[in-house]
This record gives sequence, C-alpha cells and structure tokens, in this order.
Amino acid sequence: MPLTIVQAGRRVRFVAVNAGHSLQGRLASMGLVPGVEIEVLRNSPHGPFLIAVKGSRIMLGRGMAHQIVVE
Amino acid sequence: MKPKILVALAGNPNSGKTTIFNALTGARQHVGNYPGVTVERKEGFCRHGDTDIQVVDLPGIYSLTAYSAEELTARNFIINERPDVVVDIIDASNLERNLYLTVQLKELDVHLVLVFNMSDMAKARGYEFDMETLAHLFGARIVPTVAHKGTGMKELLEAIVETATEGAQKADQTRETPSTIKLTSKASIRGPYDKVPPIHYGKEIEEEIAKLEALIMADKSIAGNHDARWLAVKLLENDKELRAAAASAEINNQIERSVSHIEKVMGEPPETAIASARYGFISGACQQAVRSTIEIRHTISDRIDSVVTNRILGLPIFLGLMYLVFHLTFTLGEPPMGWIEGMFGWLGEVVKGWWPEGSESVLKSLLADGIIAGVGGVIVFLPNILLLFLAIAILEDTGYMARAAFIVDRLMHKIGLHGKSFIPMLIGFGCSVPAIMATRTLENQRDRLTTMLVIPLMSCGARLPIYALIIPAFFPETLHAPMLWIIYVIGIVLAVISAKVLRSYVLKGESVPFVMELPPYRMPTLKGVLIHMWERSWLYLKKAGTIILGISILLWAMTTFPSLSDEEAARFATARQAIKAGNTGEEEKAERLSAVDNEEKETALQSSIAGRVGRVMEPILKPMGFDWKIGTALIGAFAAKEVFVAQLGIVYSLGKADETSETLREQLRNTYTPLVGFCIMLFCLISAPCMATIAITKKESNSWRWALFQLGGLTILAYVLTVLVYQAGTILGIGID
Repeated sequence: MPLTIVQAGRRVRFVAVNAGHSLQGRLASMGLVPGVEIEVLRNSPHGPFLIAVKGSRIMLGRGMAHQIVVE
Repeated sequence: MKPKILVALAGNPNSGKTTIFNALTGARQHVGNYPGVTVERKEGFCRHGDTDIQVVDLPGIYSLTAYSAEELTARNFIINERPDVVVDIIDASNLERNLYLTVQLKELDVHLVLVFNMSDMAKARGYEFDMETLAHLFGARIVPTVAHKGTGMKELLEAIVETATEGAQKADQTRETPSTIKLTSKASIRGPYDKVPPIHYGKEIEEEIAKLEALIMADKSIAGNHDARWLAVKLLENDKELRAAAASAEINNQIERSVSHIEKVMGEPPETAIASARYGFISGACQQAVRSTIEIRHTISDRIDSVVTNRILGLPIFLGLMYLVFHLTFTLGEPPMGWIEGMFGWLGEVVKGWWPEGSESVLKSLLADGIIAGVGGVIVFLPNILLLFLAIAILEDTGYMARAAFIVDRLMHKIGLHGKSFIPMLIGFGCSVPAIMATRTLENQRDRLTTMLVIPLMSCGARLPIYALIIPAFFPETLHAPMLWIIYVIGIVLAVISAKVLRSYVLKGESVPFVMELPPYRMPTLKGVLIHMWERSWLYLKKAGTIILGISILLWAMTTFPSLSDEEAARFATARQAIKAGNTGEEEKAERLSAVDNEEKETALQSSIAGRVGRVMEPILKPMGFDWKIGTALIGAFAAKEVFVAQLGIVYSLGKADETSETLREQLRNTYTPLVGFCIMLFCLISAPCMATIAITKKESNSWRWALFQLGGLTILAYVLTVLVYQAGTILGIGID
C-alpha cells in the first residue's frame, strides 16, 4: 500500500519506492531501505509528510510519499 | 623536519561537524542546523605536539554517491587529495544512519578516525556503546566528544596523529615488503588502524562485483585510478560520474547485464540491494555493540513540532516570527544607524577641514563627496543587516528553518519553487548577495536558478533609503507605513509570478520531490550564531569596501568631469562679485550668493558625463515620468541601489544628502508629482539588480547568460510596469497634483 494511506502514529515496513534510480539511492542513504521500520508521525490531508526512520525525522513531499510502498 | 598531516572532516548534516572544525582550528565558520549548509571547502590549521595539522571541512553528506554536488565534492576530495586521515563525525544519538557514511568511507580504504559526537546526548537518550567492539568492527579509533563544550578535542588530535603515523608506517611497509604486511593492532588506545574485511554483499551481488572487478583490472587505463572492488561496487550502484569516467564499452555491457541480473533475481535494483546490505552490516554491528535502554530521542523536539508545524497553527506562528524578525531588525537597528551616519558626517567634515575654507580641490571633493559619502551610505545599513542575519542565524541554528521550509513547501510548490527556496528569499530582504549564495542548499539546478533569478525582487536593505526619502516627500503621514508595505508586497507578488512564469516557460521540468531531514531542535551556541551572522554580513561589508568604493569614485568622476569651462566659471564669478558689491542687506546677499552657487553646480552637472548620459536617456525615461536628473541618479542605482539617494542629492546641487534630508524632499515635492514618486520607487524595486548581484549570479550560475538574463529581464519588467502605472495614473488623474 502507498505510504499516504497510513495514519499518523502507525508503524509500517518500507518495501520500495517508485522513483528514478538517483532518488532511490538518495532515500536509501537517508535510511529508507527495504525492510526498515517507518513510523508515520504526521499525515495531514494536503501538507507534507513526516516520518521517523532509524532515529531521524524525515519530511517528504506528498507526491513523494505517494510513491513509497509500505506494508 | 616537522611532519604535516592533512585531515578531512566528513559526516552527515547536523552531526556537529562544523562545531568540531571550529573547536579544532578556531576558524571562523558557519554552524547551521539546516541540512547541507556547508558547501564550500573550508580549511584551518592546528598543532598537536610538533605535528602541524591541516584540517579540511567537507560538506555534510549522507553518502558517497554522486547524487548531489556536496557528495561529489567530498568524494573527489578524498580520492584526489588523499588525506592522511579522514575523521568521520557521527551523531552518536543517531548512530545507524550516521554509520552508513562510515561504511562507505571504509570501502574507500581511507585511514579513518570515528568521532562519536554528542555522546552526552546519546547517554541521556539511553544508549550505551561498546567502544572496543565498534572500533574493531570498523577498524578505526573511536573518540567520544561533546563538541559544543569542547570535550574530547585533545583525544581526537591524539587519535588523528596516531592514525596518520600508523598509516604512513603501513604505506612504507607495503612499499618495501609487500608480502609481509604486519598490522600494528596492539599499538592503539581504542582500536587498531586495520583493513577491515569489506562488506559482503551476498552471493548474487558478489558474483557480479567479481566479474566487473576482473574487467576493471584488465583495463590498465581505469585500474590505476581507483581500487578495483570499490569501482565495481560504484558502477553497479549506477554512479553516473564514475560510469562516464571509467567505463569502456565492454564494462558498460557487463554493467547492463549485471544490473538486469540482480534486478531479476533479487527483485530490486542494485542500488537498493547494496544499500540494504550496508545497513544490514550496520544493524549487525549495532546489535553487537550498542545497548539502548530507553527510547526517548526526539521526544522534546516532537512535542515542539506538534505545535510549531501544526496544520492550523504552523503558518500563523511562522508569519508571526517573520514579522518579529523584521520588526526587530528595523526598530533595534535605528539608533546605531544614526550613530554611523553621524560618524561618517563627522569624518567628511574632518577631511574637508584639511583644506582651507573655500578652496576647490579635486582631491578634497573626491575624498569627502566621493569616497566617504559613497561608502558611508552603504555602511549605514550594517546594523539592519547584522540584526537580520543574527535572527536568521538563530532560526537556523535552533533548527526552526528546516520547519519553516516544511511549512511553506506547499505554498512554494504552487509557484513552482521548493520549500528550501524560502530561506534564500528571506535572506534577500537583507542583501541579494548572500541570498544568492544561500541557494546552494537547493539540489536541483532548475529550482536553484529560478530562486536565484527572482531573489532581487525581494526588496533588499539597500533599497530602503530610497523609499525612506520618497515616501515622506510625497505622501501624508498616515500613508507612510502602508506605502512601504505595498512596495514590499509588490516585490513579493512579482517574485511569485516571475517564478511561476520561469518554471512554466524557461526552466521547465518537474520540481524535485521534497525530501529533507528535520534535525532535532537544539540550543544554539553564542559562538556559532555570531560566526554565522558575521559570515553573511561580511559579504555585504566586502561589497561596500570593494565594488561600492570603486563605483563611488567612478560616479563622482562622472558628475565632476568635465568641469565648467573657464568662460562659464568666470561668468559665475562675475555674478558673485556683483552681488557682493551690491548694496542689499547681508541676509539677502547670502541668499543670492547661494542661489548662484546652486546654479553653477547645476550647470556643471549638466555638462558633466553623468548629466550628458542622463540627457541622452531622457526620451526613454519620459514615458515613466522621469527627467534627466532622475536618469542620472538611476545610473548610480545600478552600481548600488543606495547610491540613488546620494546621487539625487548631488543632482539637486545640495552637496550631500541622505534619506532624512528635508531640503531634498522639498525640492522633490516641488518638481515631481506623487505619481512620479511612486514610479521611482517601483522602478528602483524591480529594475536592474545592482552590479554585485549580477556578479554573484554570474559566479553562482556559472554563466553570464543567466546573469544577463536576470539583468535584462528585470529591467524590461520594471520599465513596462512603470510606464503602465505612470500612463494609467496620468490618464486617471491619480496622484498628479
């Protein structure tokens, strides 16, 4: 499922991201690799998205969050 | 011979790298909480024992790929300049993510020292580290530090020197007896300098690495430059730079085959698979050596964020803070501005006093009217600039700026910009030069160029004196504040529209998806904030000392030469004689004398170069309601906006003038309509950015094309809009009496 439908406060696992190679690599270097646990901290209807990954807070644009597949 | 060591500091953004650099070298350097603030290579020196150490501060990066200019810069430095020691600064309270870079540094086979910074915070957050084990796993000395308190710096220097010495010894041994490398693993305090076995990427990937490695080894032209295994991994990671530099047709084919094989077998592209393997290694290491007793990281930060970035409260809080910043900048800045003004006035008088009264020396005029008045006009704004940059430094160092980018991102996206574009634009209200430099935090070139091009529309501090002169001259007291506000808003609205137009027609393309780390809130250190503030202000001061000094002299020359012909001068001298000889009262004599003086100055100006250029320009300026006098002042404004006021003073034969000059205001009131006054402000707001801005745009965009595009585009926009406003105003009869 896409990350955007995950409600704030839920913990999910990162599966993949539908994006170009360089963006995939960039996310990976920030800790977003398959299997990693993500906690959704903020998911408000139109604003950006806030997640916790490996002890850091990462903010994603909505379009970006929509391309991220989690389970 | 004294040994000298080259040390590179590497680390994630927000790991405290810059603080350590400052603590080691005492150099003036910027400490920010906004990811990716240090982009330039910064150097400093220090000594430990009899060893001289040269420290280079690399940009803050997450990885050693070629995704961003920062990563590439850091990587190329390590590969090309081969530092004796690389110090990897790690935020100990966020270990796993930070170790990702460490693993990659290790793969580059550099001599590594690990710094576990903010170890106090890590402890407070319940982390316990088994340093021995970690040191062995990563094959490097580990030094715990608390950089903002300066704890651990001596130990760090020791570790650097020891690691460098061992590295040198090892290199010697390799050279002499390559087959019998003995690692000096017992000689260390916290861990050996050792070649750690490289990460094992799993059977599938390892097979492909081996194939590529063999091909690389066979190709002499490539193998010499890089470690073959490292290069093989990077090529599999689809590293654009290395692929372009180091791949033959044969290798390229193998890469394609390997990539599709890995994708087929593992179900994910090699980049992700490789990154996963690295994180796997790190996870393993952390399980072995890190004990987390409680999990409380970010709790305070999260609580603050739930208010500050709240969907409803976020924007009002942000706007309130911005209002506060500007309000404080202008109210607190006013008294010191008065002092500086007084000081330069006094200086001018002192210099003039060196010559006997009434003498007309060219040098005296150059010093007092050209240099002192010109440079003084710029330095007057230093208090404003310092305060604005101080406020921005505090907001950045606490971590709020990253939140601000988060809050405005949606808004900025609508106009085709990026949340991060917002910070440079804010700095633009102070001075465009540091603002344009601050666009470096934008990774995407299109976003960056767009931001750069519209920054001059943020009304900078140097344009303020123009408004301060014009508004009270033409508008009643009650309209002063709204007028100023309108001008600023016009600038912002135009910037928004221009950005949208640029992104839709000139710099087309998808905006980069927004991904940014929100660092935890931090108490800024006084030293950090001051250094930070000073660095940006220094750019402004430098402009005053160099460009503006030169331009002041040039403008002075343009308004002074060619001087009046002997005949003309004689005519005025005769007129003066006649008045003095006349039998009118003393008071009337003085009045008539000064009238003659003014007339002489005006005639002189008309015949000077500036006057002539102004006259040539007059037909073009007419549709905006400007005459040649304003035209002459606009030439000055191109050099630096603030020169406009001083120049208008010269044109109106008032000797020196500033924005508080009542006589100049009166003159303006008598000569022009309020409509023209407004048009002057509008034109100065939009038109040709100052020379320093154009120069910095050229430097930062790396092309004259964009700099000239900015200059031309803004000037045409200014002209068209001002003509429209003036003509419409004239027809509708607004503000013409």
